Amino acid sequence: MSLNIIVLAKQVPDTRNVGKDAMKEDGTVNRAALPAIFNPEDLNALEQALRLKDAYPGSKVTLLTMGPARAAEVIREGLYRGADAGIVLSDRAFAGADTLATSYALSAAVRKFGEADIIIGGRQAIDGDTAQVGPQIAEKLGLPQVTYAEEILGIKDGKITVKRRIESGVETVEAPLPLVVTVNGSAADCRPRNAKNIQKYKRAAVPSEVAADEAAKELLEKRPYLKINEWNAQTVDADLEQCGLAGSPTKVKGIESVVFTAKEARRVENTDQALEDLVKELIANHTIG
Amino acid sequence: MSEKNNLIVYCEYEDGRVADVSLELLTKGRQLADRLGVKLQAVVAGSDLKDIEKQVFPYGVDTLYKIEDERLYPYTSLPHSSILINLFKELEPRIAFMGATSIGRDLGPRVSSALHSGLTADCTSLEIGDHTDAKSGKEYKDLLLQIRPAFGGNIVATIVNPECRPQMATVREGVMKKEIKDENYKGEVVDLDVAKYTNPEDFVVSIIDRHVEKSKVNLKGSPIIVAGGYGVGSKENFELLEKLADTLGAEVGASRAAVDAGWIDHDRQIGQTGVTVRPKLYIACGISGQIQHIAGMQDSSLIISINSDPDAPINTIADIVITGKIEEVLPKLIQYYKKNSK
Repeated sequence: MSLNIIVLAKQVPDTRNVGKDAMKEDGTVNRAALPAIFNPEDLNALEQALRLKDAYPGSKVTLLTMGPARAAEVIREGLYRGADAGIVLSDRAFAGADTLATSYALSAAVRKFGEADIIIGGRQAIDGDTAQVGPQIAEKLGLPQVTYAEEILGIKDGKITVKRRIESGVETVEAPLPLVVTVNGSAADCRPRNAKNIQKYKRAAVPSEVAADEAAKELLEKRPYLKINEWNAQTVDADLEQCGLAGSPTKVKGIESVVFTAKEARRVENTDQALEDLVKELIANHTIG
Repeated sequence: MSEKNNLIVYCEYEDGRVADVSLELLTKGRQLADRLGVKLQAVVAGSDLKDIEKQVFPYGVDTLYKIEDERLYPYTSLPHSSILINLFKELEPRIAFMGATSIGRDLGPRVSSALHSGLTADCTSLEIGDHTDAKSGKEYKDLLLQIRPAFGGNIVATIVNPECRPQMATVREGVMKKEIKDENYKGEVVDLDVAKYTNPEDFVVSIIDRHVEKSKVNLKGSPIIVAGGYGVGSKENFELLEKLADTLGAEVGASRAAVDAGWIDHDRQIGQTGVTVRPKLYIACGISGQIQHIAGMQDSSLIISINSDPDAPINTIADIVITGKIEEVLPKLIQYYKKNSK
């Protein structure tokens, strides 16, 4: 048995250190201003896909990402780690999409791709933390979904067995293929880059990245495996009314950096005496002890 | 009052009990329904739902939609989605809430996709207010204002769904307060037929094993929390926090940055994307104080911040500030506690 697997990956701004200028006036993210990384839980999902490829030789892992041309970096990263191919879904029409419009565009790309047995991605992306796109793609494609997956245990007779990690414990479910799976951060880490793959794919690119570079363009023609597919709204027959801001039922009314009610903090000196006095005080008023 | 255009809450249910998060949402739902002058509706799907109305009516539920079938418990995505999609088509609720749990976050997006309605995840505040569209100038009265931290908690956004219904939102457990409206509040029970609201193909996913593992971490119930952030610096330094916690009988918590750095398990994360806590004492060690973290601990009775940066943002909401290194201050606190507690 060989499987056709699509891994949904997102290039995300590293949200750990951002300033207020990271947002545009219309309330959408100014991605260009931020360091971009492979969304962590999407890496967990990639690992699950690569394990299936190991278990079922002949399987194919294709990465699908939506974003600007520079999101091809995520595809290269996936190729270095063992994926077989990639698609960047890129169009101005997708700009400003909320989760629903995003899932619409991605589901159109999955349809265009054709026969996929498993569509797998991270549970959520660190820039939005919504965990909505996976289930929304499943609904749009009319497929079952398994969310909060921690480990794919196996596939037999067209059915996949998946261990889920949820608040109350662990659940093992069996679901028919094809389906959508979203993977938790508690799943196995992704394998590191493979040196051979780095050599092989370091010049992989989407055509628009190398539009101004004749030598690189020629290389893509000569070695087709280096060409990362670049699809747009038209390629995937997307209805523009359902894309981007136009296709987003949710609107950002306002953005604020919240100021919490500041208290007049008591400063306790970092001296032995002051610290001991503080501990004594907390014991005396029954805060501790 | 009509059954249409009201506010509805999807209630989760386990071991004969309606989940706390659902009761919290009913409490908030009742307030907003009063504000809008509409009914509060609830829907519950599962097996063995006898007398469940007794648990929800005191929260001010006017109509409880009950759908009972063995196959509806434990929860699976497809049948529960079909039930909500079909019921919402019928009732056309203006607002729908569910818990931001592994159930609500699995179910909500599927329902919103089918109905093409907007869904806002993990709201920290829900209000009713007006909205003017900046482009068209069109005015909308009494929309649901869905307020949530976004972008890793660096900002707080207010989201609205001007055109699509229902306006859907999920909220994490512990974010809203649970409060009985009236022990004797009487609502109406409407039993729904599972065959009418689901399709046979919805039952293709089966649960073959399920074991409840109660988390060993009890952040919500702990009166004292020692929490660490990126400023703790290393996994080894977290051991100092554990020592202090052991000494005080506290739980160890962490900010997202410390969890992302891999220094501590993510079930100890406090904040918007983790747990919301309200302990008697919160000791924040090396936590800078991003909004996303503060949102989850600001209601602590006493907050002590230990940070080498005297201007760490968390110091503005702390009661007591100690400027110093974790490695210096924590061992002394342990030492003085042992010396003085008898």
